[in-house]
Amino acid sequence: MQTEIHIPTMAEIAAQQGQIDVLFWVGCAGSFDQRAMRITQAFASLMHKAGVKFAILGTEESCTGDPAKRAGNEFLFQMQAATNIQTLDGYGVKKIVTTCPHCFNTLKNEYPGLGGNYEVVHHTQMLQSLLDEGKLSVSGGSFKGKKITYHDACYLGRANGVYEAPRALIHHLEASFVEMKRCKSKGLCCGAGGAQMFKESEAGSAEINHVRAAEAIDTQATIIAAACPFCNTMMTDGVKKENKDTEVSVLDLAEIIHQAQS
Amino acid sequence: MAIWSQILFSLLFFSGTGLFVRHMVRLRQTILLGRPEKIDDQPKKRWAQMVRVAMGQSKMGARIVPAILHGVVYLGFIIINIEVLEIVLDGFLGTHRLFAGLPGYRFLINTFELLALLVVIAVGVFWIRRNAIHVKRLAHGELKGWPRLDANLILYIEWFLMGLFLLMNAADAQLQQLGAPHYPTVGPWVVSSLIQPLFAGLPASVLVIIERSAWWLHIAGILFFLNYLYYSKHLHILLAFPNTYYAKIKALGALSNNKDVQREVSLMMDPNASIPGTESTTPVAFGAQDVTDLSWNYLLQAYSCTECGRCTSECPANQTGKKLSPRRVVMQTRDRAQEIARQNKVLTGELDLSGSRLLHDRITPEELWACTTCNACTDACPIGIDPLSIIMEMRRYLVMEESSAPLELNNMMGTIENNGAPWPFSQMDRAQWTQK
Repeated sequence: MQTEIHIPTMAEIAAQQGQIDVLFWVGCAGSFDQRAMRITQAFASLMHKAGVKFAILGTEESCTGDPAKRAGNEFLFQMQAATNIQTLDGYGVKKIVTTCPHCFNTLKNEYPGLGGNYEVVHHTQMLQSLLDEGKLSVSGGSFKGKKITYHDACYLGRANGVYEAPRALIHHLEASFVEMKRCKSKGLCCGAGGAQMFKESEAGSAEINHVRAAEAIDTQATIIAAACPFCNTMMTDGVKKENKDTEVSVLDLAEIIHQAQS
Repeated sequence: MAIWSQILFSLLFFSGTGLFVRHMVRLRQTILLGRPEKIDDQPKKRWAQMVRVAMGQSKMGARIVPAILHGVVYLGFIIINIEVLEIVLDGFLGTHRLFAGLPGYRFLINTFELLALLVVIAVGVFWIRRNAIHVKRLAHGELKGWPRLDANLILYIEWFLMGLFLLMNAADAQLQQLGAPHYPTVGPWVVSSLIQPLFAGLPASVLVIIERSAWWLHIAGILFFLNYLYYSKHLHILLAFPNTYYAKIKALGALSNNKDVQREVSLMMDPNASIPGTESTTPVAFGAQDVTDLSWNYLLQAYSCTECGRCTSECPANQTGKKLSPRRVVMQTRDRAQEIARQNKVLTGELDLSGSRLLHDRITPEELWACTTCNACTDACPIGIDPLSIIMEMRRYLVMEESSAPLELNNMMGTIENNGAPWPFSQMDRAQWTQK
């Protein structure tokens, strides 16, 4: 990372008998997708700056099983869950933060029934509390006067009722926030959920992400804030399709807050 | 004379309600054809959900015009039913307007009449929305045939019942004016007085015939409607209550964990493991290919559906021209359950499950694979139906029993198995982002 910080793994923490505040569950997109990696790095750097003691599982992390479960492969999902729960419980993990709403939802809502009980927060929630507690601050500057809209991720919004934290982050910037016509519980999906990310869509009259990107562009915003690596990809593609990628950028809220650091 | 009408009334009333009870027993048996599922957690939260969502109509407000119209009909349905109590008692006792002596009777009837008028208007607007304006979700192709006729029949029956109620009151008030015996002067009333001039000049004998005919047709109509419910989407007026009690109270994002799979996985990790509730040794299918594979709760949901189409109109797949329609999934679930109920006199033991099954015959994989699991359908349902879970149960069957996922998804699942990620990257490179 540009900032040259060392991010310990749980194995290292355990070897040193150290303590952490929170485990950063990076997720597959955050680990491997070139675009999402930048979100991961921005968020890690923010936690570091705020003095949060965190660690990652590193090579011991494995897919939560969300795409397998939603594709119908409950068997594979539960195998993944059982392995991950063993790893997490082995390290005595209590609290998890993740930049992916799909990991967030699965860890929070579907692991408890299989014996994995953790306090799970999404990175937008954690950033909100770090800002509220004054451990992080933003200096408007780079976003001053810019028009920003926010695309609700299904697995954060409808699935878990997290609508305010992402918006609160934008309100910390001196930007002008504009809602899309359909937002919060009425927000249109980006089209990636339910394992759609990994397959071609069925025949139809339009692509979901193109429709949603057009709605975002209609707001005249120059920044589309996202809170999910999959939404990020889908919205970026949609903006390209509308030939607006020079004027409109799709950024994760972690990247936005990171850029707004003095 | 009075005694004969009392006997006739009792016969009508008990055959009407008796048939209704039979329908409800049959309905319960049909719903219980689904797999057993114990839903007894957090009763307080469940009662609160029922009060808020079913009684309080809290989710209707998302669309304000139908919310107001529906609110009128709902209130009318509940309040005007107080009048039915008087009608039934009159029928049994051979009395006429038993409550007429009570203070505030006139006010009560005026209230009923005003509500009846509002219901007539609201039902009229419903009819216009469905048949003249063609509101998109009400004109959808999947409603062709019986669903469309059913929807209109309900509107006609409601008109008919309200009309008879007002007609009965108008004739009654006219008789009161003539000073006819047995017609205590408690009118005229605010709405029926508007049609009362139609009866001016008619002799009491004719008016009595009109008043009695309207009275009998009204109560007979109510008993008919009660028995019509079993064949109709209008069952929601009863089932919305239990349905909101049993509806999901967890976060919408929480999909159920399949217990039978959990048992298999636990046994794989530890041969002595036991998962409560899965002791039975009969192997069951993973997921659902027919309604008998679904939890009874989803069958209750299917019977509660009033086909309003909010789910389908919010569905991103449907909006972008894919074949998936959550409402169709729910309607087909109900139709299939009814098909099984029709072809089996006894709904226990060995069942005749011929006919068209839910998966493939009624719902195609193409529809199921178009779902993004975004929960817009479940969130939109005013009474807590969860089409997404029914879709998921069928996806489970496709993948775990038929191994027939789309090729790309098989590749994705293969890489999760081998590399612990949906893309073919090595697990050893998971922390590479820390080095860049």
